[in-house]
Amino acid sequence: MAVFSKVVVANRGAVAARVLRALNALGVHSLAVYSDADRGAPWLGMASETAHIGGSPARESYLNQEAILEAARHAHADALHPGYGFLSENAGFAARVEECGLRFIGPSPRWIDAMGHKTRARVLAGEHGLPVGHGSGVLPAEPDAILRAAEAIGYPVLVKPAAGGGGIGMLPARTPEQLLAAVERAASMAERGFASREVYLERLVDRPRHVEIQLLGDRHGRVAHVFERDCSVQRRHQKILEEAAAPNLAREAIDPLLERVAATFGRLGYDNLGTVEMLLAPDGEFRFLEMNTRLQVEHGVTEEVTGIDLVAAQVRSAAGAPLTEVLPDAPRLRGHAIQARVYAEDPKRFLPSPGRLVEFEPPVARGIRVDTGYAAGREVTPHYDPLVAKVIAHGASRAEAIDRLVDALASFRISGIKHNIPALVAILDSGEFRAGDVHTGLAAEVVARAAPQPVT
Amino acid sequence: MATIEVQSVVTGSVWKIEAAVGQRLEPGDVIMILESMKMEIPVIAEDGGTLRELRVAEGVPVTEGQVVAVVEE
Repeated sequence: MAVFSKVVVANRGAVAARVLRALNALGVHSLAVYSDADRGAPWLGMASETAHIGGSPARESYLNQEAILEAARHAHADALHPGYGFLSENAGFAARVEECGLRFIGPSPRWIDAMGHKTRARVLAGEHGLPVGHGSGVLPAEPDAILRAAEAIGYPVLVKPAAGGGGIGMLPARTPEQLLAAVERAASMAERGFASREVYLERLVDRPRHVEIQLLGDRHGRVAHVFERDCSVQRRHQKILEEAAAPNLAREAIDPLLERVAATFGRLGYDNLGTVEMLLAPDGEFRFLEMNTRLQVEHGVTEEVTGIDLVAAQVRSAAGAPLTEVLPDAPRLRGHAIQARVYAEDPKRFLPSPGRLVEFEPPVARGIRVDTGYAAGREVTPHYDPLVAKVIAHGASRAEAIDRLVDALASFRISGIKHNIPALVAILDSGEFRAGDVHTGLAAEVVARAAPQPVT
Repeated sequence: MATIEVQSVVTGSVWKIEAAVGQRLEPGDVIMILESMKMEIPVIAEDGGTLRELRVAEGVPVTEGQVVAVVEE
């Protein structure tokens, strides 16, 4: 069946390149939009057409709804892919796209809205029988009420923005004194990042794992899962290593949960690609964290381990293709895949390090895939996030995938910026990671061990 | 009386200035908050002192190593 005639790619960098690759594979025309800073960017050459939409700061370009919609109208596009980040989880924008007569390639706006607010999403998940951890609703302003909410959950707690995501504005508090300061600071960060001061509390779980479930729904009431990913290795609450399947987890321990989550969202009518993020506590209990109603940065490990083109599947599903066509056979796991996120940052202090890429030669090797939006000579600007490349290794076993990833990272030639490859290799090579003993504190532990002198 | 030139640790821009010239700073007080690649990076008066000079304004770009403020201990 016909998919779309022309799709706007409303994003930049590695995800723009990835979506364009899928559109080209489907034989669909594309319009890539770009900012001043991205003039001449490598992925623009993959698009059928390009349009300049504004200045380098994201609010003037990739967050500029008017400019994007104007470019879409001018090009007579009939669909828009938001990628991840930027406007991908903005329900108001999704609704405007549809009002302009274009299909928004993602779930219905009502789903973006329902899952975008974290405490409402927790309530919804709980009402439908999914396990949800201890937490509060949106915190009131009165200090006494905030302290009571934390006491009801039990310290330590984590303060989180209700409208948030991406690990921004998440602060731990171990005592009542820390709590009020953390709430104030998190609310301020939330206001700036998400235009909402609403924050809530969750019980802070010590050394948890972060396990997420990939769902794919169609517009005909069916939802399937495409297995899970383990994204426990994080810095500043942001993922740096992701793998499929989750290590040291028996299929019998997770398969029933995958089926249950897919069935739940199928009943509720979830209608496109989405990811349910869960926390796995050391006691083996899974707890619903949040749902991301978009393509994930780490979708590639699922693609490598199942052989499914998730982006093409997402586009076809948005165009109305039923799941029976998009996923005719039940997905199967083949070997193991791990992704490393290469960031332009200081590997010890995790501070951003923009600059010009003097050398940039991604590795080419068996079992290695690199998703990037950069090339030698391009500028990594302070305007956008610091991800410069995703290196994905696939192997017959987890050990083989680790070996391939370590070799690939070691041969990645990058100069002109500081980057986190030394930290990634140290973590991949650690005894804990090789043993599959992953948790959200592992990255910080390995980096601290590698550089015992604190930076002053 | 030592004067300390406080440098930016990143390339980015000044998001918000939190302290005023002449203000007494305790060790660890935030002078300003920088922004780069979607991150906020506070510039801190490590040892405290008096803020003598602000060499940047909100919204201006800064480079790594640039002196953004002067503190007198």
